[in-house]
Amino acid sequence: MFVSYKWLQDYIDLSGVTAAELAEKITKSGIEVEGVEILNEGIKGVVVGHVLEREQHPNADKLSKCLVDVGEEQPVQIICGAPNVAQGQKVAVAKAGAVLPGNFKIKRAKLRGEESNGMICSLTELGMEGKVVPKEYSEGIFVFPADAEVGVDALGLLNRDDEVLELGLTPNRADCLSMLGVAYEVAAILGREVKLPEISLEPVAEKASDYVKITVEAKKDNPLYVAKMIKNVKIGPAPLWMQTRLMSAGIRPHNNVVDITNYILLEYGQPLHAFDYDRLGSKEILVRRAADGEKFVTLDDVERTLTPDHLVITNGTEPVALAGVMGGANSEVTSDTTTVLLESAYFSGAAVRKASKDHGLRSEASARFEKGVDPNRVRAAGERAAYLMAKYAGGEVLEGAAEADTLTVEPAVVSITLEKINRVLGTELVMKDVKEIFDRLQFAVSIEEDTITVTAPTRRGDIKIEEDLLEEVARLYGYDNIPKTLPIGSSTPGRLSDYQKKRREVRQYLEGAGLYQAVTYSLTSEEKATQFALEKGDTIRLAMPMSEERSILRLSIMPQLLEVLKYNSARQNDSLAVYETGAVFLSNGDESLPVEREHLAAAVTGLWHSHSWQGEKKAVDFFVVKGIVEGMFAKLGLMDRVDYVQAQLDGMHPGRTAEIRLNGEKIGFVGQVHPSIQKELDLKDTYVFELSLKAVLEAEAPVLQYETIPRFPSITRDIALVVNRETVSGTLWEIIVNEGAPLLKEAEVFDLYEGDKIEAGKKSIAFSLKYADPVRTLTDDEVTKVHGRVLNALQEKTGAVLRG
Amino acid sequence: MQERLKELQEEAIQKIEQSASLKELNDIRVAYLGKKGPITEVLRGMGKLSAEERPVMGALANEVREAIAVKIEAKQKGLEEAAVLEKLATERIDVTLPGRPVKVGNHHPLTRIIEEIEDLFIGMGYQVAEGPEVEQDYYNFEALNLPKGHPARDMQDSFYITEEILLRTHTSPVQARTMEKHEGKGPIKIICPGKVYRRDNDDATHSHQFMQIEGLVVGENIRMSDLKGTLEVFAKKMFGDDREIRLRPSFFPFTEPSVEMDISCKICGGKGCSVCKQTGWIEILGAGMVHPNVLEMAGYDSKKYTGFAFGMGPERIAMLKYGVDDIRHFYTNDVRFLKQFSVEE
Ligand SMILES: [Zn+2]
Repeated sequence: MFVSYKWLQDYIDLSGVTAAELAEKITKSGIEVEGVEILNEGIKGVVVGHVLEREQHPNADKLSKCLVDVGEEQPVQIICGAPNVAQGQKVAVAKAGAVLPGNFKIKRAKLRGEESNGMICSLTELGMEGKVVPKEYSEGIFVFPADAEVGVDALGLLNRDDEVLELGLTPNRADCLSMLGVAYEVAAILGREVKLPEISLEPVAEKASDYVKITVEAKKDNPLYVAKMIKNVKIGPAPLWMQTRLMSAGIRPHNNVVDITNYILLEYGQPLHAFDYDRLGSKEILVRRAADGEKFVTLDDVERTLTPDHLVITNGTEPVALAGVMGGANSEVTSDTTTVLLESAYFSGAAVRKASKDHGLRSEASARFEKGVDPNRVRAAGERAAYLMAKYAGGEVLEGAAEADTLTVEPAVVSITLEKINRVLGTELVMKDVKEIFDRLQFAVSIEEDTITVTAPTRRGDIKIEEDLLEEVARLYGYDNIPKTLPIGSSTPGRLSDYQKKRREVRQYLEGAGLYQAVTYSLTSEEKATQFALEKGDTIRLAMPMSEERSILRLSIMPQLLEVLKYNSARQNDSLAVYETGAVFLSNGDESLPVEREHLAAAVTGLWHSHSWQGEKKAVDFFVVKGIVEGMFAKLGLMDRVDYVQAQLDGMHPGRTAEIRLNGEKIGFVGQVHPSIQKELDLKDTYVFELSLKAVLEAEAPVLQYETIPRFPSITRDIALVVNRETVSGTLWEIIVNEGAPLLKEAEVFDLYEGDKIEAGKKSIAFSLKYADPVRTLTDDEVTKVHGRVLNALQEKTGAVLRG
Repeated sequence: MQERLKELQEEAIQKIEQSASLKELNDIRVAYLGKKGPITEVLRGMGKLSAEERPVMGALANEVREAIAVKIEAKQKGLEEAAVLEKLATERIDVTLPGRPVKVGNHHPLTRIIEEIEDLFIGMGYQVAEGPEVEQDYYNFEALNLPKGHPARDMQDSFYITEEILLRTHTSPVQARTMEKHEGKGPIKIICPGKVYRRDNDDATHSHQFMQIEGLVVGENIRMSDLKGTLEVFAKKMFGDDREIRLRPSFFPFTEPSVEMDISCKICGGKGCSVCKQTGWIEILGAGMVHPNVLEMAGYDSKKYTGFAFGMGPERIAMLKYGVDDIRHFYTNDVRFLKQFSVEE
């Protein structure tokens, strides 16, 4: 809502309060003023001029040479390019030395050989938005009424010596979608009176109800319909002050009748519609729901197909307006109109919302109906509009109105105790303070002991329960005046859950290991949603996605992490390590919420380590990334419960990928991204892992228990085994550990050889085995015995032979 | 004989002093103290001496040997030290060359902000509550006093999956779920961080996915003044002790009264500048007293229980705190952006 500071003074005395001060006060007490625009900022030297003579520029077809009286001793010559400039016009002249918006300075100049001492201005050149300029002036200069005084400040005449407050209204404050509503709000803030607009009708003897009969079928959506009749109107421009007020509020002027309806919309917040009575083709208004498939051409000349959801005004048979949204082309006021049927009605928000949404017609009128108009202002708004039509369109207002009224208006009556006010706000107000606040709001009050009962006016439809009263008290008492305290009473322990604590540890660990945390989008494309998914299943698709790219909830984080690598790689950062923790979403059928599982994914590409001047350079490989995973499990005490099993996975290198199992359950994977995908994304070798963080963090970690530090020396034996190439070290390791127990304390791979120094199809793996006993020194014989057992088992189970 | 010994001593000592290497010194040791050396030679002639003279001469010979040995040892030490120094001098390195880098990543800036806020409220006795990102319409809207058809639902156009299931538009459903779990009993003190989704085209100030962090306190005597005091503690700890706060009335369907909190602008100190749009204040969060309908729907007696709630956007806070100018940076994950948030404050 745009509120003109000058216009507002029609309803309330603002003396001693500047526009900026008013904006600050309104903001602090409830409605955010998003900006204050000074309309004539940066403009000076523009006056009303009289075009005394106009002739064709001798050297230019499209220019006129004008002699203009600007209120100085001598008229001045001005060259003007506007097509509509003509002799006798009163126009806005930027004299030589004037400044226009954008710090555009007007200087004396020669245009195609002819002297020009200023510029005749269009409204846009004076800083007005093109969309509010009346159509007849949109391609040229603006023309003042003939009685405009020559030499006076043109901006004053255009009401540009004004400031406009832009109110950011929340849905509950629809009452301030009108100048009167704002006046009541300001009155409450300043403690001043509201002056109501003038209505003094002298109706002619004929009765409106003799001209038209109103019938409403859809009583629920239209409980009140009032039609005023105005005869003998003369369609023409509205008075300049009214046009300029509309323009300041963002509405383009059309003609006196239409402008008056818009003016009342702004003044009362009540949308009106003017029909050309003679074009209705009947003496009847019937409000009903549209038939399914019924056709109707709105005044923007678009044919609309209606449904029974839409409320229409008809002439008894055919629609003449889409109720509360837009009138019809068939009954629109034109320059020939002489008799006006003026509609002032109460339409339900739901009905108007449906129609405006279905037809994409959001207007100042529909917005007000949607949010709820004041039922008690419907008649007054019609009366005031009729009065203005009599005054500014020469019309004669018929007596009374034709009505259909089934509206019952019950003002809200709400009680609250002083004790509750102080208990909830933390204040120490007395009843006198509270009463004064409601008096300022012009809410009727009655007080009985500790209880105050408030009758809220119908314009404040948002007041329904005692908390609404609390809010009124709080905002007008002032939040600055409310004390600052902290909650008292039983305290709660503040801490992270074990899960949250461990999640933070995992993040710290990964970052310590060199990975940056990324955050990517949960919504992705159909193709990416299932790529790298641990569990395949139905995808979850948005009912109305904004784009295909963001239409499905992800089943894996990996595709987005790879996108991150691609983005950075294309920007000269082709060695990078990132991770992300976040939910993936598994469908659970249409009826229930999906299963959300927190995943951890990481991706490492390019060089893992580089220290150029010492010649160190190491590209990432499988074991770098596996090491990161192992370290995380070690940190969480889960190292012994995790297995890595060679696996084939979509999108992954078939020979360099392992499934990660925790307590035997598949929870993730680690490996190299398939080279074809690497190529597609233009990435260097990229190794990744993704796992269910939920499974990891919820796994029970062993209880921490001290173990004696060995006091006796250990004995180490190294073995090099020749095995089949397919035999994995994990199998050998398991045999060694099982057979060597309990004296075997550690077994570690220290060499791996595959090559021509060994029989084809074979490889050599060397282990270092450490034996010890916590309570005594082992003898060589004892170790030899156990070690022999280990070797036998290796040979029996895998065919391993000691390398000679 | 005596004279010969003295001579040998002097001669040896002179040679020792002149020696320049350990090898030379060793040669001197062998030459003078070895079995074939001149002193041994002299002692061989002792047989010619009388029984009285023999011990005297023996003692003298030992003295000479001793003196030479001591001198050699001293010289040797000196030479060794010099050799070490010489060796170390050749081992000199350029200490200004860069060290072997230790790779360290860091938190995403949003995580950094969220953890900072979490820790701040944990210190005030709050717990961290989390909930699903895909929600039932009931928890996202209805339980928060936003029945179907409520005009305020337009304020946050949502991504629906079915008519009853949508991507949550705020983290408030976590509050509704937490209250429901408490079965009408207090106290509750939680902070709820998480991802939320709204139908917005991504641009410099809008993102279809963003973070939110909300707080909720429910108890028997929770007052508006407690909200004000709590928010002030938060603002001062988060943005600095010199910041002032101001509450402005606002509207949210789930709170009544509702407020918005501004903090004084750090850039201009409240005088007005382009960052604060000339107002001297910067909007940080929305808050209010929990609406009685919300309490009742979760099973609380709104006559007995009151509560306050507040909510803010970590992106906005990060943008203000670090001067980030485009919300899309948070989701592009350009490493040149990410690595700027490594320093501990
Ligand atoms: Zn500022």
